[in-house]
Amino acid sequence: MSETLLEVQHLKKYFPIRKGLWNKTRGYVKAVDDISFSVRRGETFGLVGESGCGKSTTGRSILRLIEPSEGKVIFEGREITGLPDEAMRKQRRDMQIVFQDPFSSLDPRHSVQRILEEPLIVHGIKSRKERQQRIEKLIDVVGLTRTHLHRYPHQFSGGQRQRIGIARALTLQPKLIVADEPVSALDVSIQSQVINLLQDLQNEFRLTYIFIAHDLSVVKHICDRVAVMYLGRIVEIANKHQLYDMPQHPYTQALLSAVPEPDPDLKRQRIILQGEVPSPANAPVGCAFHTRCPKAMQVCTEVRPQLLDTGGGHMTACHLYTPASSGME
Amino acid sequence: MGKPILEIKDLRTHFFTDRGEIPAVDGVDLYLNPGEVLGVVGESGCGKSVTSLSVLRLVPSPPGKIVSGSILFKGKDIVPLREWEMRKIRGNSISMIFQEPMTSLNPLFTVGQQITETVRLHRGVSRKEARSITLDMLKKVGIARAESIIDEYPHQLSGGMRQRVMIAMSIACSPEVLIADEPTTALDVTIQAQILELIRRLNEERGMAVMMITHDLGVVAEMCHRVAVMYAGKVVEEGSVHDIFKNPLHPYTQGLIQSVPRMNETRERLYSIPGNVPILSKNMQGCRFAARCPHMMQRCLEALPNLKEQEAGHSSRCWLHETPQEDAV
Repeated sequence: MSETLLEVQHLKKYFPIRKGLWNKTRGYVKAVDDISFSVRRGETFGLVGESGCGKSTTGRSILRLIEPSEGKVIFEGREITGLPDEAMRKQRRDMQIVFQDPFSSLDPRHSVQRILEEPLIVHGIKSRKERQQRIEKLIDVVGLTRTHLHRYPHQFSGGQRQRIGIARALTLQPKLIVADEPVSALDVSIQSQVINLLQDLQNEFRLTYIFIAHDLSVVKHICDRVAVMYLGRIVEIANKHQLYDMPQHPYTQALLSAVPEPDPDLKRQRIILQGEVPSPANAPVGCAFHTRCPKAMQVCTEVRPQLLDTGGGHMTACHLYTPASSGME
Repeated sequence: MGKPILEIKDLRTHFFTDRGEIPAVDGVDLYLNPGEVLGVVGESGCGKSVTSLSVLRLVPSPPGKIVSGSILFKGKDIVPLREWEMRKIRGNSISMIFQEPMTSLNPLFTVGQQITETVRLHRGVSRKEARSITLDMLKKVGIARAESIIDEYPHQLSGGMRQRVMIAMSIACSPEVLIADEPTTALDVTIQAQILELIRRLNEERGMAVMMITHDLGVVAEMCHRVAVMYAGKVVEEGSVHDIFKNPLHPYTQGLIQSVPRMNETRERLYSIPGNVPILSKNMQGCRFAARCPHMMQRCLEALPNLKEQEAGHSSRCWLHETPQEDAV
């Protein structure tokens, strides 16, 4: 097993709800509510869940694009949550992000050349020749050509723009890339091109990915380990074989069974969840999922289950798997 | 099986823009049998949505215009109908649900007001009766608090709830045909499963024919009886859901099906169709897919193949089927 690159400990992000004339805080949206996980060097770690579960907020809090409310983020053994702005900016050379929407994440007034060159200038690569060499290499690597460098974002299709977004994230040779729904906005045939590109780049540059997505089949294809989030909490973490073959948490089970499969002969037992996700401003007490859980018990409405190892590194936060002794206390 | 309830013949809907005439729908033939769920699949820009909007004559005009072709509803061509005649069909005999329920509901009126308007217009009942029909519909689509939801505004509802309201509105007058344009694309998987279940129930219980426009092959495999695959304004393959998934004939369909990751198998690498969707123009020649096709022949560049029946109920538009001897070249 390889070393840990990133460690997230008890990360929380609460957004205040302000109301009224004096803008008083009337409560909090608990977008990320006490989550911990670690990512190993060279792996692809998936964060999945439905909209509003806090997966994107988690990704951005790790890079401190959103300042976390509490908790620690440790990158290569160094805590980065307390770093001053300037030190954090330097730290981001090693940690980059690719956004979902290739239409709004590129500046429409800048040519591709400038989009790719800017991070190099900001991070102090003074030699013009060196910058140019790096840019030209990158544009090749992501499957575009040098003639594309002088064009503007609107002249590209969605898939090509996502390639530019990936090239930009790669300019500083980062160690970690947070990919926030990088293929969700793309058509199926283009989606597979970009997924293949991400995998090629990972092999070539020994990248570590945090892959945030809601599409469970894409996550299964690309990720090594997966964390499932629900209402700001992680309900299950496991390697992909454990998770997809033997999901433990009732939410994971329902989520997996709800995915429509492109095979008309496949008839599965589907768990259709009743109701909708409660508001993160007013999350249920105890287990956040108990209001929709088909297996809810009395204890679920009272005690928040801890994320525990149920064997072989398969972690689940559910009272069904809590050892009887600790469950009774 | 009897006569199709809806038949589209050689439909051409073009857009007249500054950049010239764009043939978004370029000679589409489709039919929908009573009680059937037909899937229309394709990537963005293939003309699937414009086809469905053309049926209800909702294509914004200008710039769009149905240039030629006919749309037979129960044997009667509805293309030449005047606007007031069309209004009697819309919502009453053929109705439609859209991808984004927030933009297709009026934010200024309550849910009840919007549904009763449709009911009163088409059925000519009193306000009171219309309200009770509305309540009934809301309950049918599985809205638990129908009595209070009826007086709420769209912004007070969640995405899944809004889509239910849209469906309630569209079935309020018991239409014979429902056109669903990406009805679950904006929804989370667990909510998607609920909505698909609802549409399936309406199809089975009421015998309502459904034309399902989607890019999601999983949804197609799960919901549809028959499938039409569109590419660049044309139908390239059409057949039963089993034919399309188990024995796809057109190279585009084959590529599309191979490029989606699946949950029940593990592959090292995804297949991907090289290149991008072509930009539509009036003077395109040959097969639209030729530039991306792995089996491209000289003939493909010169002439457009016809959509021909290859086996019973399974048609494909490809020169490969007609010149097997050239296959090896």
